[in-house]
Amino acid sequence: MLIATPKRIKEIKFGLISPKEFRKMSVTRVITADTYDDDGFPIEMGLMDTKLGVIDPGLRCKTCGGRAGECPGHFGHIELVAPVIHVGFAKLIRKILRATCRKCGALLLSPDQKTKYLEQIKTLRNMGQLTEDIINEVFKEARKSKTCQYCGEQQPEVKFEKPTTYIEIIEENKFLFNWDEIPGKESNKFTEFLIKNYEVDWIKNADIEKSGDGLTIKISAGKKSLSLIMNGGKTDLVLKINGEKSGDFIARTEDGKLNIYKEGHEEEHKLMPTDIRTRLEKMTDEDVEVIGMDPHNARPEWIILTVLPVPPVTMRPSITLESGQRSEDDLTHKLVDIIRINQRFQENREAGAPQLIIEDLWELLQYHVTTFIDNAVSGVPPARHRSGRPLKTLSQRLKGKEGRFRGSLSGKRVNFSARTVISPDPNLRIFEVGVPLEIAKELTTTMFVTPRNHDEAKEYVRRGPENHPGANYIVRADGRRVKITDKNCGELADLVELGWKVERQLKDADIILFNRQPSLHRMSIMAHEIKVLPNKTFRLNPAVCPPYNADFDGDEMNMHVPQTEEALAEAKILMHVQENILSPRFGGPIIGGIHDHITGLFLLTNSKEKIFKNEALELLGKSEIRELYPPAGEENKQPYWTGKQIFSHILPKGLDVKFKSEICLQCDTCKLEECENDSYVVIKEGILEMGTIDEKGIGAFKSVILDKLMKEFNPVIACKFIDDATKLSIRGIMRRGFSFGIDDEYIPIDAQTQINDVMDQAKDKVDKLIKAYEDGELEQLPGRTLAETLEMEIMKELSKARDATGDIAGHHLGMDNSAVIMAKSGARGSMLNLTQMAACVGQQAVRGERIKRGYAGRTLSHFERNDLGAEAHGFVRASYKSGLSPTEYFFHAIGGREGLVDTAVRTSQSGYLQRRLVNALQDLEVQYDGTVRDTRKMIIQFKYGEDGINPMNSDFSKPEAVRRIIDSVMGVKE
Amino acid sequence: MSVDQKTIDETVTALALPQRVKDNLLRELKNVKLTKKQFDEIIKRTMATYEYSKIEAGEAAGVVSAQSIGEPGTQMTMRTFHYAGVAEINVTLGLPRLIEIVDARKNPSTPMMTIFLEKDYAFDRDKARELAWKIEATYIGVLGGMSTDITDMKVVVELNKKALHQRNMTAKEVSDRINEELGVSSYITGDSLIMKPEEPSYRQLLQLVKSVHSVILKGIKGIKRVVIRKEESGEYVLYTEGSTLKEVLAIYGVDPTRTRTNNVNEIFEVMGIEAARAALIHEATETLKEQGLNVDVRHIMLVADIMTVDGEVKPIGRHGISGEKASVLARAAFEVTVSHLLDSGIGGDVDELRGVTENVIVGQPIRLGTGNVKLIAKRQVKGV
Repeated sequence: MLIATPKRIKEIKFGLISPKEFRKMSVTRVITADTYDDDGFPIEMGLMDTKLGVIDPGLRCKTCGGRAGECPGHFGHIELVAPVIHVGFAKLIRKILRATCRKCGALLLSPDQKTKYLEQIKTLRNMGQLTEDIINEVFKEARKSKTCQYCGEQQPEVKFEKPTTYIEIIEENKFLFNWDEIPGKESNKFTEFLIKNYEVDWIKNADIEKSGDGLTIKISAGKKSLSLIMNGGKTDLVLKINGEKSGDFIARTEDGKLNIYKEGHEEEHKLMPTDIRTRLEKMTDEDVEVIGMDPHNARPEWIILTVLPVPPVTMRPSITLESGQRSEDDLTHKLVDIIRINQRFQENREAGAPQLIIEDLWELLQYHVTTFIDNAVSGVPPARHRSGRPLKTLSQRLKGKEGRFRGSLSGKRVNFSARTVISPDPNLRIFEVGVPLEIAKELTTTMFVTPRNHDEAKEYVRRGPENHPGANYIVRADGRRVKITDKNCGELADLVELGWKVERQLKDADIILFNRQPSLHRMSIMAHEIKVLPNKTFRLNPAVCPPYNADFDGDEMNMHVPQTEEALAEAKILMHVQENILSPRFGGPIIGGIHDHITGLFLLTNSKEKIFKNEALELLGKSEIRELYPPAGEENKQPYWTGKQIFSHILPKGLDVKFKSEICLQCDTCKLEECENDSYVVIKEGILEMGTIDEKGIGAFKSVILDKLMKEFNPVIACKFIDDATKLSIRGIMRRGFSFGIDDEYIPIDAQTQINDVMDQAKDKVDKLIKAYEDGELEQLPGRTLAETLEMEIMKELSKARDATGDIAGHHLGMDNSAVIMAKSGARGSMLNLTQMAACVGQQAVRGERIKRGYAGRTLSHFERNDLGAEAHGFVRASYKSGLSPTEYFFHAIGGREGLVDTAVRTSQSGYLQRRLVNALQDLEVQYDGTVRDTRKMIIQFKYGEDGINPMNSDFSKPEAVRRIIDSVMGVKE
Repeated sequence: MSVDQKTIDETVTALALPQRVKDNLLRELKNVKLTKKQFDEIIKRTMATYEYSKIEAGEAAGVVSAQSIGEPGTQMTMRTFHYAGVAEINVTLGLPRLIEIVDARKNPSTPMMTIFLEKDYAFDRDKARELAWKIEATYIGVLGGMSTDITDMKVVVELNKKALHQRNMTAKEVSDRINEELGVSSYITGDSLIMKPEEPSYRQLLQLVKSVHSVILKGIKGIKRVVIRKEESGEYVLYTEGSTLKEVLAIYGVDPTRTRTNNVNEIFEVMGIEAARAALIHEATETLKEQGLNVDVRHIMLVADIMTVDGEVKPIGRHGISGEKASVLARAAFEVTVSHLLDSGIGGDVDELRGVTENVIVGQPIRLGTGNVKLIAKRQVKGV
């Protein structure tokens, strides 16, 4: 059999389309703004011309003959009466105008500079780097020269007015007179100018004298005098009237004559798109390359539009409303506008309308084309729909999260998927997922019919769609899909041939992908095995909640069915739950017991209770353990086992591990095996000899046992252990019963009095601090103001008081309290939570400080102004059980609100951080030579993580790994 | 027949293992009696374990690292200000700090330095204090109260002798500094420093007051505060609010090998790119650790490496790495879609479809991990 490698698109080239090429590409010229005629048929040469493709069922495309759905659509074009500017390139046009000669179109750089820059651009291109910086330098350099070195033309400033207007500022010095002809031919011109501008009527008949060196002209009459003094370089001259400086002029030597100009006369000359286009056309191919454009694919004049592409109808389908009225797409609306104005423009021009009207129409055409391309250009009022909604034009379709790129191309919709609510089922294995029958009957996986599964495939088809597990579709060799129904299933089954495909319903043990959003890490999508179950939710073992970050308060999850053998193999080998027990983030187990799993095993392994045979079998029965270890002893001739022994049954043989458990009190010197809290765990040969199993033993993220099983045994054993442990723990907790209620927060009267005493003392201390502050006796902390110091001291004092009450409460709530068990074993909650419930809620804070905001000088009107006391600034003395006073309740709500705002802000911020990180790093791959490289094959790391070790196995770089090897070798010898 | 220490050392050193593992092995094998057979077995097993622990070729290391750093972000607190080690100095922590590091901001919101001292200074409180005053910028405000005398048109500063002494300064020095900086003549009468503006106008007087307040009399500009702390080792360490690494390193008595700042860009400018990379790793690790989150260094290293490959510290995101990608489609799919497309048209760019996003966009398998395996099967040659 020949294995065909699928074809790949090797590269995509970008460029601009020339008007000539576009006219060739276009299937029709669009000239009428109308869409449909009275019968509802598309008008020829209109915007819905059937040459552009079809969207109505029943019609055929005049270009390709395809029906709606088959024809991809074809572009048409509009001939613009006058060229307009493409807004996207407005800035580029500005740059080019400033960098090229207005007369000959040459780039204003010397040939040497051009070759230098061209070479730099080429090297960067070859290295696959961006040329932006160099090109910007080219523009900057070229802009500096004021005269063209090729044709000598003066280069005026080009002013750019957003969005699409270019104005040349021609600085014209107004010619006044010729210096050499004064006194003489131009004397009249000279005196007239002076009289007109300087109110010097008296010079009319005065004599004009010129000094001997020809640098000064003097007119004087009586006391009045006027002189024009030229500087030595013959470039400037100064006018003095009665000795006072009255004006400056410029002198220029032109054609051997010395001419005098008045400076600073600016004239604005608007550049029309036609002018710009002719100028851009003059650029040589070499110059075009120097400004970073590709002359074969993007000539600069092509950025001035003379032909407007009309996108195919398939790109802008119209919708028929219920009333039978057609509603056109935004793009169609915009195109209608363009055609209308274009027509009007043409009529007016042919009729010889005045320049002003022509210019207005031109601008209007520019506006419509601009908004057709981008309807959010600054300085341009967005084109609006009749309803006032801004139109979604080309740019808007591409941009943003729901745009074409991020919404449709990078993220695609898929078939063969399901979504429903999740709920827990500890009796499932961790890699299983309970799938509702309805879903199993609807979703299918593709079976390729081969000689080996021919009969099997036939059987599925025979069962039909209603008889689970059956089949829903067959795909014949020619690609025709046939739906299987109850009626045709029998016939179809006999027809099934080799090479056909059967779309078979899901059944037990099929591999599917399971996912919960947000998919923050790769464990958010894992491969599970199906278990078809009644009812309508997905069921999963609670031990797999941590990687998905799922809970059962209404969370929904998605399921995807792989459709090819390759996908299936990848799912099974790489994505299976048991392959993902270890997190690559820190190399520890991310799947493991949570909540009741931990409590259950804690209760089982921590108690000295005797478990008799019946109970023992009941606990272990689901774990498929049929033989019990030798009993711990006998009572009334009945053999009994301890909780630790029961737990030992599910441990794999040969497991040796020692660790300190979560309940460890962190004594200064660990007594190890002699620990009286039973918090030093020793497992030898798969037997739990001592210690309590809690979060450190079985919990997700922390389990030492699971870590060991994954690294020294294999995923299958680890997986089996989690299955057994979850089943055992649930049965263990059910055997004893476990609940928590308001009574569990009860503390005896004397403890309550103690708490009250602590509170009163704390209040006194705070009052003393305040008094010391007010008297100026408070010792200031270095680098803090006095007020800050007081705040810190009060906060410290109050938190100390709260902790003290917590200790008192904790003292009276022992290990028989459910909340204490949960907190100590690490199952859920903390002693702080219990303190808040039973003893004292404590200080409420906003931004880490006591509550300060509110009214002038006080937080609430219940307090005196400038009261610095504890209760006036959010200290909640009560416990949740005793109930909060109204002011306390209010402060608590303030503190609570901050937490909510925090979460809301954080999710968006961390989401963006993650997106940026993934986007920056996604192309990095470990190569066969151990280096990490990007797509350009540029080396990022010579050896991954400096040592080439997978973070999942990062233990190898720790000393224990080596010691273990040495120990095992030495042990073998003994 | 035991193996002597020398052969052990030599054999282990020659192994193709990471340095850390070799060190571990040497330490563990010290003073252990081994036979040749045992030793060989140990080496064999170690090598086998190393082979097993190595990351596989084709692994999408980048995505895994990005996820490993991004995912804990959701669990971090937002609270900007917190106290890191020193109660007196506020430092940005948590998610905002992580974002700041990844953004490679030129000016972090709370620049801070940890200054270690040379041996002679580190254990002497007075010497450490002396250095601290040398570093902290001293303004006139802390030395005494300032008042204006409108009748005589002069500014009077009542110098606090205690404060002067504490900072090891004399009134003369203060006066000289002011003369030097502002070019006014100031003189000392008793305990007060008197200055007069150039012209006796009220405006000039107020102007003078303002400018005198901003004169740095002693210390380094930009260091707002210095806190001295005794570490557990008994060593005195200075913590500063504000950061000017270059100036501080030049001060005699400062240990330049251990002194650091939390401003990565400053480290880059003063010490170079390798130091910047190390600083990025350090800062990110500390930020995550402070939040109680466990992330393998290798992930952070990869992020630091991609930020520094080009020899300058580049931010992650539109203005840095993502904005400089070779592929047009990848850039367009990230941010500022339209302008990337327009620019690519102008330049006649070619997208070679090597990255992940580009291939997803055109709808073909990506060239990474299992998608990068090119050889499928050899075709069977018939008739052999």
